[in-house]
Amino acid sequence: MYPALLVDVAIFVLSLWVGFEVISKVPATLHTPLMSAANSIHGIVLAGAMLIAVTAHNTVGYVIAFLAAVFAAANVVGGYVVTGRMLKMFRRRPLAPTPAPGAVSANGSSPNGHRDSGRAA
Amino acid sequence: MSDFAWTIQVIYVLAASCFVLGLHLMNTPATARRGNQVSTAGMAVAIAATLATIAHDDLITTTGWIVMFAGALVGSVLGLYSARNVQMTAMPQLVSMFNAVGGGAAALVGIHDYMTAGAGVSATTSVTTLLDVIIGGVTFSGSIIAAGKLQSVITSAPVSFPGARLVNLLLAVIAVGVGGYLIASPSTGLLAVVIVAALVFGVSMVMPIGGADMPVVISLLNAFTGTAVAMAGFVIGNWAMIIAGALVGASGGILTKLMADAMNRSIRNIMLGGFGTGDTAAAIAGGPGGDVKSIAADDAAIQLAYASKVIIVPGYGLAAAQAQHEVAALAELLESRGVDVSYAIHPVAGRMPGHMNVLLAEANVPYPQLKEMDDVNPEFARTDVALVIGANDVTNPAARRPGTAISGMPILDVDQAKSIIVIKRSMGHGYAGIDNELYVDPKTSMYFADAKKALTDLASAVKTLVG
Repeated sequence: MYPALLVDVAIFVLSLWVGFEVISKVPATLHTPLMSAANSIHGIVLAGAMLIAVTAHNTVGYVIAFLAAVFAAANVVGGYVVTGRMLKMFRRRPLAPTPAPGAVSANGSSPNGHRDSGRAA
Repeated sequence: MSDFAWTIQVIYVLAASCFVLGLHLMNTPATARRGNQVSTAGMAVAIAATLATIAHDDLITTTGWIVMFAGALVGSVLGLYSARNVQMTAMPQLVSMFNAVGGGAAALVGIHDYMTAGAGVSATTSVTTLLDVIIGGVTFSGSIIAAGKLQSVITSAPVSFPGARLVNLLLAVIAVGVGGYLIASPSTGLLAVVIVAALVFGVSMVMPIGGADMPVVISLLNAFTGTAVAMAGFVIGNWAMIIAGALVGASGGILTKLMADAMNRSIRNIMLGGFGTGDTAAAIAGGPGGDVKSIAADDAAIQLAYASKVIIVPGYGLAAAQAQHEVAALAELLESRGVDVSYAIHPVAGRMPGHMNVLLAEANVPYPQLKEMDDVNPEFARTDVALVIGANDVTNPAARRPGTAISGMPILDVDQAKSIIVIKRSMGHGYAGIDNELYVDPKTSMYFADAKKALTDLASAVKTLVG
């Protein structure tokens, strides 16, 4: 199986270089969404979690497969949703009309209220 | 390889291309959202292809289907709920938890594969399996501890004991040593030893690291998760996982390096831990050599209102006080008076790479106003008032001289501004533990208050005085 492993290693190494090349151009402004996006991408481990449910044939196997599926699905769904939520806030111009300072700080304590105010404006 | 298997592999490569393209589109805020959509589409295709494979091969038991769907459903609900409800200030914790579950899932894939393959596993497969289990295990427990520290469930101060480094070394030796032995002679019982050693190592690795170093730790754990997922990809021979894991490993690696450079510390130095302050730096008494001039809200408000150019320098203290909405409100007020306002963001402002930008974006600050260090530094000389809020070491001119704890650290050239107002709770030290020479500069006025209260007071003073 050495040739197959060699192909896998080549893919891994080249992907690392592609990663360095692509990511070093991302501006510092977007580093948090970048990390969150990278997080969603490693959610691909869901594919692995699904595949081990195929080879599971006893209780221990099923428990491991279940846990892996929970972890991976939380990773992938949560990662994409939160990245999208963050990126939606990056605007070139402020929203009009601008809310009063008092109203803003009142919303700050409740994430839902704040999201709604953003949508309504 | 059958035609079907070929098709699936081609689809995986397509999905991986979407991931690369998605990351590429994050080069500008304008295209970043599209990038996330492209990446999501790639993920959906990859998952669909995996489902098709499972259905096509038809080796899965009914229980297997149920377990898979139930797990995915539970996980999706948990992920969706936390993603929709998290506050932007708590983003580092959430990212850390996603690192934990990603690393955990990767480790579980390796564990399961090892257990089912049994003695028949080839040496090359078991090397990647054990790397997967060890890295995944360390990431899982380490990220949970990091999230706990960020959430203040666990103290953010460094926790250590005499001989801690020796214990860490011992754990690493056990994990790798027993792992190496397992390659020669497989045994499920000994695999448990490796798993436990990896989990304990994750805890003991992160516990001694202080709150201020968290941006580096999160980046590093992110790189670990990527590597663990890539290893899991090797184990089950899945290209999409290898490519995605490598991409994440690269991104985590770059961010780790950037953060460590911006804090003027080596990664080795941070991982050995032991210093780095907690969230609430103790108010150390004793003034630096020189007179400190303090200022009240009214005077500060007048200075700001009659300035033509103001640069706001937000730091860790602003994030800790959750005052991003108040600062945005003050900036808007000044802008409505015709003042040119921008923000100078140091790379390590906030609690994870780029965190301050997200907090300010949430407070409705348009991103063209958020300036990176290298772009904004030449502008300080033309600035009437630099308003420093809860930032300390990153503004200390002592970094330009050799022989101090922060020598060589990249700083914001705040001292070049015509006048400087610093909002700070006390004369307490930053995490480097040295006096900030900026505070005794004759151009500097200190405004001692909590950031949130100070900014609200400033805004109302501007309104009443010059309204």
